[in-house]
Amino acid sequence: MSDIFTMGIDVGSTASKCVIMKNGETLVAKSLVDVGAGTSGPERAIQAVLGDAELEMKDMAHVMSTGYGRHSMEDADSQMSELSCHARGAYFQFPNVKTIIDIGGQDAKVLRLDDDGMLVNFVMNDKCAAGTGRFLDVMARVLEVKIDDLESLAEQSTKDVTISSTCTVFAESEVISQLSRNTDKRDIIRGIHRAIASRVGALARRIGLVDDVVMTGGVARNGGVLKALEEELGHKIYTSELAQYNGALGAALFAYQKSK
Amino acid sequence: MAETEKDVNMPTEKVPAKNMLRDVVDKVYAEAWEAKKRGEPIGWSSSKFPAEIAETLGLKVCYPENQAAAISAKHGGQRMCEYAESMGYDNDICGYARISLAYAAGAGGDERPMPQPDFMLCCNNICNCMTKWYENIARMHNIPLIMIDIPYNNTPEVNEENVAYIRAQFDEAIKQLEKISGKKFDEKKFEEVCANANRTARAWLKACSYCQHEPSPLSGFDLFNHMADVVTARCRKESAEAFEALAEEYEQSVKDGTSTWRYPENHRIMFEGIPCWPELQNLFRPLKEKGINTTAVVYAPAFGFVYNNMDEMMRAYCKAPNSVCLETGVEWREGICRENKVDGVLVHYNRSCKPWSGYMPEMERRFRKDLGVGVVGFDGDQADPRNFSNAQYITRVEGLYEIMESKKMGGQKSE
Repeated sequence: MSDIFTMGIDVGSTASKCVIMKNGETLVAKSLVDVGAGTSGPERAIQAVLGDAELEMKDMAHVMSTGYGRHSMEDADSQMSELSCHARGAYFQFPNVKTIIDIGGQDAKVLRLDDDGMLVNFVMNDKCAAGTGRFLDVMARVLEVKIDDLESLAEQSTKDVTISSTCTVFAESEVISQLSRNTDKRDIIRGIHRAIASRVGALARRIGLVDDVVMTGGVARNGGVLKALEEELGHKIYTSELAQYNGALGAALFAYQKSK
Repeated sequence: MAETEKDVNMPTEKVPAKNMLRDVVDKVYAEAWEAKKRGEPIGWSSSKFPAEIAETLGLKVCYPENQAAAISAKHGGQRMCEYAESMGYDNDICGYARISLAYAAGAGGDERPMPQPDFMLCCNNICNCMTKWYENIARMHNIPLIMIDIPYNNTPEVNEENVAYIRAQFDEAIKQLEKISGKKFDEKKFEEVCANANRTARAWLKACSYCQHEPSPLSGFDLFNHMADVVTARCRKESAEAFEALAEEYEQSVKDGTSTWRYPENHRIMFEGIPCWPELQNLFRPLKEKGINTTAVVYAPAFGFVYNNMDEMMRAYCKAPNSVCLETGVEWREGICRENKVDGVLVHYNRSCKPWSGYMPEMERRFRKDLGVGVVGFDGDQADPRNFSNAQYITRVEGLYEIMESKKMGGQKSE
């Protein structure tokens, strides 16, 4: 019996992530392009993952899109919200997961799963990018540091600095004000991580935290935010190398179910 | 001549209930304009002020909440809200209030014109923002404000002191309106008016109850469209007749197996809160695409209440969504959910209505725990389109659909 290949593509607000799975069990290839919905990102991510897997679109038994731009994907056979896809992807990686904290480009969401990894409940941020990846982008820009350096810089912090505003724009002003007082950037960065943890922690408490807790989404790459969240919530939080691909992974797994 | 005789003898075609309902509301506003031209005083009334008093005295009254909803649905809400904000009113204030304050200040429009007021009828059972909103308009026009203060009910029962307190205000309001109208309050007429109000309420609640049928002969969104009559013309015989006709139509639909909901009924949900009037189509679209029929709404039947005597009437005016305690609110909603057989709840976190939205997180928790249904909230506004994001709404509806599908397949073991 020949192998069944399925594709999941997560068209986010700031990045496009694509995954090819074999027989709903093995990750064959993954790709990420740093631009999302409304750009060339999704198509480039698809071409990259097909090239990497040495496969063609016609080899895909089913293609499922998810994420903010899921409805604009003509190549997709079906769509599903990122909520269920994140649940499926996290359950595949962590079979004991009950709570998912997903922080993407403009969404911060907390999902509750049942024993079988099915979505039971969720809460999301509304009308405000505070506590999301965009929040970190803005802060990194004003601090003149690379987004990938935030974690290592925060580790060198020696002093507590509080960034209290829940609004991205006002928090940016707060950071500028701290910089003008010559506050150490490393302390400010840790303060920013704690501000995100505080904001997302409130969402998580609203839904009720049940172990195991897993963090997904692009912001999970920043260990500083993960550590701040663990401190804020008092729970061990798991993540993986595939955190940013989690939605696409879930879509590819659902695509496999659909292909059968 | 022969043709005329033939016409008279022909059976008259039945007027659809929705046309009857529309005509009643149009008549309310037309009569107010005519009365204004005759020099009669016109009132602006909150939606749950005891309408029986003004109706008994023959005073013509308009309803700013109904007007604001109509303006919003016709996409004039943002223009009016921005006008009010330019007057100095904060954009955190209720969108209906901002629209109404703007209209009172002369920022008219042709969406739902109504004559400017000569007196204000305010009852704060519907919300507390109402008090300042009406005080501001009374001051703007230098006109009397007749106020009925309804204490918030911290317990499920309405106590005797509150009944006496409201009754005293009711009697005082009669005296004030006798002066404004120049007429004596007629008890016999009052009884007739109350009988009409009760008949309207019964017919309205009966029409709403047809959502309990599976499949439902209507969508709850229809009730949002029809509720204008129960707000603006509760005491009129024509309203009762129109709602009775509506209930008859639903009864016939049940028999015929037809429905105004022309999509599959894969799931049935309750819509919690006031709808986003400027976004009705956007609210409806993802629901119809997923076959999710709204078979229960909270806002529409909230205006249907029946009483048998004066004490019961006072108690009825104590019970509005924003004037009852959490336990009463939960019991009422869970009753609707059970009777109307819903498997999900969509909660509107309404930027305009903070009292209503404020206790929704706890209400959501109770729905999940007590009913075991999927519950999802979205952020929006009843009148100001700037507070609604369609993409965010779609994601939440799809999330609700996926939860309901999962439950339907028996996929969920425990939370």
